[in-house]
Parts: sequence; C-alpha cells; structure tokens
Amino acid sequence: MSLRSGLSPPGLLFAVLGLGAMALPFATLSANRIVAGQGLALWQVAGPWATAAALAAMALALGLGLRGGWPWARLLGSLLGLGALLGLLGHAAPRLLAEAGEFARVSPAAGAWCLLLVFMMLMADALSVLRPGPWLRLGLLAGALALLAALFASGLLADLSVFQEYRARIEGFQRAAARHVALALGSLLAAGLIGFPLGILCQRRASLRAVAIPVLSFLQTIPSLAMFGIMIPLLSWVAASVPGARELGIAGIGFAPAFLALLLYSLLPVVANTVAGLDAAPRAAVEAARGMGMTPAQRLRSVELPLALPVILAGLRIVLVQNIGLAVIAGLIGGGGFGTFVFQGLNQTATDLILLGALPTVALALVAAILMDIMVDLTRHSPGEAR
Amino acid sequence: MPVSYGTLLRAGLALLLLALVLWPQGFAPVFAPFAPEGGPVIYTRASLLSLSLGHLGLVAVATLASTVVAVLLAILVTRPAGAAFRPLSRTLTNVGQTFPPVAVLALAVPVLGFGTGPTLVALFLYGLLPIFENAMTALSTLPPRTMEAARGIGLNRWQQLWQVELPLAAPVMLAGIRLSAVIGLGTATIGSTVAARTLGEVIIAGLLTSNTAFVLQGGLIVGLFAVLIYDALVQLERRLTPGRPRPA
Repeated sequence: MSLRSGLSPPGLLFAVLGLGAMALPFATLSANRIVAGQGLALWQVAGPWATAAALAAMALALGLGLRGGWPWARLLGSLLGLGALLGLLGHAAPRLLAEAGEFARVSPAAGAWCLLLVFMMLMADALSVLRPGPWLRLGLLAGALALLAALFASGLLADLSVFQEYRARIEGFQRAAARHVALALGSLLAAGLIGFPLGILCQRRASLRAVAIPVLSFLQTIPSLAMFGIMIPLLSWVAASVPGARELGIAGIGFAPAFLALLLYSLLPVVANTVAGLDAAPRAAVEAARGMGMTPAQRLRSVELPLALPVILAGLRIVLVQNIGLAVIAGLIGGGGFGTFVFQGLNQTATDLILLGALPTVALALVAAILMDIMVDLTRHSPGEAR
Repeated sequence: MPVSYGTLLRAGLALLLLALVLWPQGFAPVFAPFAPEGGPVIYTRASLLSLSLGHLGLVAVATLASTVVAVLLAILVTRPAGAAFRPLSRTLTNVGQTFPPVAVLALAVPVLGFGTGPTLVALFLYGLLPIFENAMTALSTLPPRTMEAARGIGLNRWQQLWQVELPLAAPVMLAGIRLSAVIGLGTATIGSTVAARTLGEVIIAGLLTSNTAFVLQGGLIVGLFAVLIYDALVQLERRLTPGRPRPA
C-alpha cells in the first residue's frame, strides 16, 4: 500500500494526464459568440513571465500530488493548481481581447477544461484519503463556496465569454435560478408530504406495498422527455375541465406540468426509503417501546422515525439531486429554469449559452449532494439529537 | 394469480407497442382530438420503425461499451495492484452520478459537435457510473469463505475471477446495467435536441408545433419501450439469482 508513504499511483496518473493536457489548446479566441474559434496553446495566451509562473505553479501542484503520504499537501496542491489555471485564464482573456475585434470572445479550450478536471480529481483523491467528518466537510464546502464567490466578485474571470453571456442576461439568469430551485425544492416538499404517509402505510400493509412500489418504479422508468410531454395534455385537460384550476395557475405548459412530472419521479425514492428505513429499525428497540406502553403513534414518532431518519434522508438526497438535473427538461416545455439557456444554446449553437445553463445546474446538484450527505452522516452519528 | 396477470399485461403492452410503431395510421382516431385544427395527427416525417431502431441501437451500443469498460475497470480496482485507486474511483462515481445526464449531453456538444456522436459519448460516459459502482461493490463484497474455497481447490487467479467472482457478481452487475440502460433510453430521447435520430424527434416536433398528438405518440412509444426493457432486465436478474432475494 502506498497510502502512507512513497509514490501515489493516482498522483502519477494525474501528473501524466496533467502534462498531456498542457499540450492541448488552452484557450479559444473567436470573432463572435457563434462561430468556431481558433485554438491557442498554453504558451501563446500570455506574456513569458505570467506563463512561466503559471506553468511552474501547475507543475508544483502536480508534483505535490505525487506523494502518497501527505493528503493535506495534495489538497493544497490541487488548490494551487486551480488557482494557477484560473489566474492564467483571467490574465490572458483581456490581453487577447484587446488585440481582437469588438465582438470577439475568449473561452477556455480542451486543455484548460482537462487541467480543471485533473486538479479536481487530485482534490477528490486527497479528500477521499483524508475522509473528513461531517462538520469538517461543511467547513470545507463553505470555504470553497466563499472562494468561488470571491473569485466571481473580483472580476478576474469577467472577460471570459461565459461571463459576458451572463452579463448580457443577468435578470433572466436570476429568474431561471429562482425557478430552477423552486421546481426542485417544491417538488421535493410535495413528494415528502405525499411520500412519507404513503411509505408508512406501505410499511404497515404488505398488500399496499406490493402495488405501490412496482407502480412507482415503472413511473421512474419513463424517459423524462416523454413524462414531461405526457403531462401537457393531461394538465390542459384539467385546466379546461376542472373549475378554478386555471385560476390556480394550472396550464398545459409552463410550471405546472414540470412540477407534476418531477413530483411523480420523486415519489419512489421517498416511499421506498421510508419503507426501508422503518423496516431496518431494530426489533429490540420497537419491542422495548411497546413494553414501555407507548401507543403505535408514539412508537412511530419517537422510536421508529428517528431510527429511520438517515435512510429517509438518503432518499431525499436522491430526489433532490435527481430533480435538479431533471428540472433542466422543464426548459423544453416552457417551465423555465436553467434548461431554458441549455436548449436556447443548443438551438443557436452558442456554446457559452449552453455552459451558462449547464454549469450552474451541475454546481447546484453537487452542492445539494454534499449538503445532504453531511445531513445523513450527522443523523447517523447522533440519532438521539436528530429532529 | 399475480404471475399470469403480469404475463398478460406484458404481452398486451408489447402488442400495443408493436402496433404503435408498425401501424401508426391505425391510431389516428385516438390521437385526433389532441392535434391542432387541421394539423397532422400522425408523425410521418420519418418512419417510426427507423427512429425506434436508431434509438434502441444507440442505447444498445452505448450500454454494451459502458459494460465492457466499467467491468474491466472494476476488476482492475478490486485487484491488489489497483487498490490505491479505490477511494478515488468511489468518490468519482459518487460525484459523477450527481451530474445530470442532460448536462453531460449538453456539454458534449461544444466538444464533439451535433449529431449521434455526442449522444453516444454522453450515454457511454454516464452509463459507466452505475455499472462500475455495482460491479465494484459486488466484486469487493464476495463471501470470504467462497473465495477461500476457490483458492483451496487450487484455482489460479484467472480461474477464480472467471469461474467464481464474475458469476457471483453477475446479478448485482446486471442491476447496474439495467440502471444504465434506463437512463440511456431517457437521455437518448433528449439526444434529438442535439440532432441524434431518436424517438425524441417526435416529441420535440410536437412541442415545437404545439401538436399534442405528436407528443403523446412519441411519449407513449418511448415510455413503453423503457418499461418493457426495464421489466425484461428485472426478469433476467431474477433468473440469474438462484435462491436469493433480488438485490435492490
């Protein structure tokens, strides 16, 4: 094992990949936001001193990753590498733009993306060896988000084309973000309100479970585009025939069909994990509660549900991450969210617009997953304090 | 008996699917109320059969490629020589699965351009994760006594892998393949927004021209394919798991 000392095999892999990535085109300079640009190598984007400094820092970062025994040094190395990478991009963009036309755009090319990926993998590898506890993870996440916010606020990356795309539609972006979160969290909430009672009932009655779980798994199987599409005639019919439905904002396209589709996808993880969590509650604990004279309702509230909480939360994690991803499809049926940018971008072949929709979605899903994992761990460590 | 109900339902759904694909005109009266006034009811810009074959072919090729690569990687990581990569690979599969499939598809376009290519690559990459995760879990949690017995009867490493480990891990691996195939079917549908020839084309055409008949027609066909394929793979898993409850 090389975990304690010596060469780290993943570190060696990262070093090879990183050096390879440095040979790929680093940035793309294009005449406007639609046309294909011209790739520039790492040593063509900035002056000799800046390039040398960035190269040295990235080489040092990859070197720090080589040692197996020092996970903290490797974590530091990954941050150094990311800093050098973003610094070089931020330094190069205004220089390249100054020499190009008015509508020119500078964007990261394959080499920069691959280097980003390599340093992220180095960070992931260091973290997976460090195995930080839930509170430390929360601290690291907060630190990473603060660094990211500071980076955006500093304007270092403001000349990259994704940020130009963002500045051109700040209001639309904020609306899309709010709508995306509303879709994902709203459907999660609704799934909880329906799913918990249904899960508890399913755990009590085998006959209900035998019907509900297969039906919900089949619902999950239906491709998202088909599900969102089928909701349109269904809800147009409801809006047209149920009095008052239209006033509530129910319509064939827009928020309502997207919300309903997400809700249907969310039910299986909530119900199945509620059942599994309650099933896994130790018999002895349930028996003891019965011996103390607790009513079934008291047993459920103060013994079974607290014991099942980590598994139920794990179900909610699946739902939240899944919904953040699926909410992108809402962009196709006028439901708003980041999907609007993704599909507009695909229509116009505008890469930056695609990125403007896809990158925040990925980031949102990642942050949601990390937060929910922390919550699952916390409830697992101290079930007594869990609420 | 529930078994015979299940078989009947399966046969009925399969027949309905075949009819929808091979004889779409026959459903004109059913879909007519959903079409716009005077608009086309049945999608005729491409044959539904060729779109179905394209869709299924795309998913089959991607899932097959993901299976081969993911199982190979899982075997490497569960050997002593690959142990150093295990924590990393676990983290990467966890993180990778938080990436929305649509986002992976959309991000493949700037790199690879439009068409079937980026869809295939996105399906392949995303399909790796569930298969790798399940294969790694299955191969690293084999009953130690069985492995000892395999060594005891003098099997070499290669024979152990081929005759004991892989067969024992097969049902759990198959569950991963099923997950990947189902996600692939869904992602391939969205692939038509990047110009891949799949059944999503019918739904997208319906959405663009506000023709709900197209949306329903495409949605029904894709949905039925997904449900039937999922069900077939579940049945296969049950066959491969003698005397054990089906792993979740």
